[in-house]
Amino acid sequence: MTNILIIIVVLLIIVTVVQVLRVSELLSEINNTDVNEVTDEDNNTQGKLLLFGMFLFLGFVIWQMVNWSHLILPDASSVHGEIIDGLMSFTMNLILVTFFILTPILFYFGYRYRGNKNNTAYYYVHNNKLELIWTIAPAIILTGVIIYGLQTWNLAMNPDTSNSKVIEIYSRQFDWTARYSGQDNRLGSANYRLVKGRNQLGVDLEDEYATDDIVVKEVHLIKGEPVLLKFRSQDVIHSAFLPYFRVQMNCVPGMTTQFAFTPTKTTNEMRETEGEDFDYILLCNKICGAAHYNMQMKFVVETKEEYEDWITQQKTLKNTLTLK
Amino acid sequence: MSEHHKETFITKYIFSQDHKMIAKQFLLTGMFMAVVGMIMSALFRLQLANPGESYAILEMLLGKWAPDGVLDPSMYLALVTMHGTILVFWVLTAGLSGTFANFLIPLQIGARDMASGFLNMLSYWFFFLATVVLLWSLFVETGPASGGWTIYPPLSALPQAIPGSGQGMTLWLISIALFIVGSLLGSLNYIVTILNLRTIGMKMQRLPLTIWALLITAILGVLSFPVLLSCALLLIMDRSFGTSFYLSDIIINGEVLHNSGGSPILFEHLFWFLGHPEVYIILLPALGIISEVISVNSRKPIFGYKAMVGSLLLIAFLSFIVWGHHMFMTGMDPFLGSVFTFTTLLIAIPSAVKVFNYITTLWRANIRFTPAMLFAIGTVSTFITGGLTGIILGDSALDINVHDTYFVVGHFHIVMGLSAIYGMFAGVYHWFPKMYGKMMNKSFGYIHFWGTFICAYGVFFPMHFLGLAGLPRRYYTNSAFPMFDGLTDVNSVITFFALAGAAIQVFFLFNFFYSIFKGTKATENPWKANTLEWTTPIERIHGNWPGEIPAVHRWAYDYSKPGHDEDFVMQNVPLKEGEEEH
Repeated sequence: MTNILIIIVVLLIIVTVVQVLRVSELLSEINNTDVNEVTDEDNNTQGKLLLFGMFLFLGFVIWQMVNWSHLILPDASSVHGEIIDGLMSFTMNLILVTFFILTPILFYFGYRYRGNKNNTAYYYVHNNKLELIWTIAPAIILTGVIIYGLQTWNLAMNPDTSNSKVIEIYSRQFDWTARYSGQDNRLGSANYRLVKGRNQLGVDLEDEYATDDIVVKEVHLIKGEPVLLKFRSQDVIHSAFLPYFRVQMNCVPGMTTQFAFTPTKTTNEMRETEGEDFDYILLCNKICGAAHYNMQMKFVVETKEEYEDWITQQKTLKNTLTLK
Repeated sequence: MSEHHKETFITKYIFSQDHKMIAKQFLLTGMFMAVVGMIMSALFRLQLANPGESYAILEMLLGKWAPDGVLDPSMYLALVTMHGTILVFWVLTAGLSGTFANFLIPLQIGARDMASGFLNMLSYWFFFLATVVLLWSLFVETGPASGGWTIYPPLSALPQAIPGSGQGMTLWLISIALFIVGSLLGSLNYIVTILNLRTIGMKMQRLPLTIWALLITAILGVLSFPVLLSCALLLIMDRSFGTSFYLSDIIINGEVLHNSGGSPILFEHLFWFLGHPEVYIILLPALGIISEVISVNSRKPIFGYKAMVGSLLLIAFLSFIVWGHHMFMTGMDPFLGSVFTFTTLLIAIPSAVKVFNYITTLWRANIRFTPAMLFAIGTVSTFITGGLTGIILGDSALDINVHDTYFVVGHFHIVMGLSAIYGMFAGVYHWFPKMYGKMMNKSFGYIHFWGTFICAYGVFFPMHFLGLAGLPRRYYTNSAFPMFDGLTDVNSVITFFALAGAAIQVFFLFNFFYSIFKGTKATENPWKANTLEWTTPIERIHGNWPGEIPAVHRWAYDYSKPGHDEDFVMQNVPLKEGEEEH
């Protein structure tokens, strides 16, 4: 019933609007004026609206910054992440300043130079000096942004991994599995043709490096110790995304990708600021199918002792797969 | 030269070879598809604001894809995919370029028609066929393509991975192949026409900026669309003929596939080699349109004409060497990532020049606020807002954490989507009198602009916060992760503005069709503009000018030039004695 009422009301509104439009156009025809000609009055109204629109827009932006800034991810929980955060706040401040300068100028000029029949515009074709200045100024600023950005990128992507603990992250529709490289810190080789039964990752059991590998459904890391994540995929492209660590890398079938980082805050430390139920989460960030939105795995960052307790309880591949 | 000749209904309205009619065909098809795409976005926005909520409208429109009125996750992805495909290709490529390149090129350069009217007609009908096939794919049993508009394999190659990759994807690929044929026929025609059919005196340095933008767009299309075609052909081979260009080492639903040695990354390189220039294929015509609209309504020459042309050329050139910034997270060599970061951030320089030049054009102007002018100013605003966030996304180090999040969605909808659609609106309001010989209603135009302006920022600005909170795009719901629980409010705000913004478009649609039939009559040159299209008679004739084509004596931007009685001097007016060109 309410639906029908809503439809009737909407139809009535449309009919009214159409009639108002018709009447105004017919009246103008009688008065021999053109209802659609833009008059000085229109210019005045629209110019002022433009100024109002600017305040509305900038006000909305500021309102969002005040009300929603707490939603933004907290400071990074990794060594390279802190450097990225530095670059982020530098760039963000730069673009915010530019935004808050250019937008008001644009809208103010719209308001200030609103037209009037008695005015004439200033015939101003070009000014090479001015144009050179505003080509060179952004070029200089961008040179700074580029240099700072590339330095950060190189730091993030080319860390020393000689002491990193190697962990494989294996993706498929729609879950994650992790494989620790064990005592030898070296993953046993794997091949998708070997995926069978409980050997879900296709690990080559003949490979001696594989025997001490540990397959788990939850990743534990030690605070302050570097890890090297190696990514594989079984079916389609997935993307391993760990927002709190500023880590992201695609998992591509047919190839191995990697990302190295060092966590700096334990889960418990994070819970003090982010709430009791906080957990580090690995999520999928490349469209991969119907349940893409719910493909997750828990990461835990803890002290060395806690980690040792946990890892010794896990079974090595040899133990798991030979058990009948 | 073809004079005005007798036309039957079919040659006049359907298989027309008149560029003006073909332009209107592109416009109407584009508008229809825009409505389809917009309704899709409204449907998935309902789900995003209230996940799992039952809506009768969803069940009514989607049937088995919304059991009990709750959107199915596969259908959610299909809607997102089709929304992207339709808006990027159908509305902002064909709808925008197809309309204004066809309409403006012959009229503004002083030609009777396109170089080949027949190819031009074919270009539309290939596009039409593509449209039919795409719409057909909405109704197949396994649903339309749903692997995202970027159709990355293996997801798009394997029907086992997602139902939409079955028949729906096949139709998608056929449709896009037809689309590309149509687009290439059109683009070649545009280039040939602009280079060869300019009237006497229309030197390249006197071309209106719209034509420069459309020429560069056409060149981009000719160079990049064939790459997408080959990319799609290889995907068709992988899907149907057992090849392994993009596939390797795959187990899907427990089945081990024979494919070996291919790489999905190859697909991404081919796709984005089109995909990035495509962004500028969408944006440049809009920038061309607003250059014209801003200058006409400021009653002032566009500031720095040469710099405007130069920056268009530089943006176009750079657009071919930045595609890797879509792929920073594919595991590409970090050094390669550095190169793409460098080239990408360089684009900010010509873009900044354009913004400064637009702003300087407004300085000491005598602005007439037509609805077209308001939309043009809106375009400059979205170009500033969206362009700036590009500095974050183009920086590979920062991209690590915002890649594929809502930050990206916000960025490209503002800088590419809004800028282009505002440019398109500006173009429609501005050239409507020339298209239909009628005026669009001014008041409705104002309501449309302000409603759209407010709602559009209301939709896309909050998305930056979602992205900075780490929310990935293309998520059916964010309720699966406690870390996103705080984002419900933001999503409600976005959906509210999305629905309101969609409703506001009724004012435009109504105004458009009402004005065609009942609008007040237009005069020959209602905006007092300089370009040649305003010298043609109101009554549309095939051949554009009843007599001789006017010769051109000056550039298009002699507004408020000292020494003239009126504040505009049309391009066909000879220079006075002792008058400098500009």
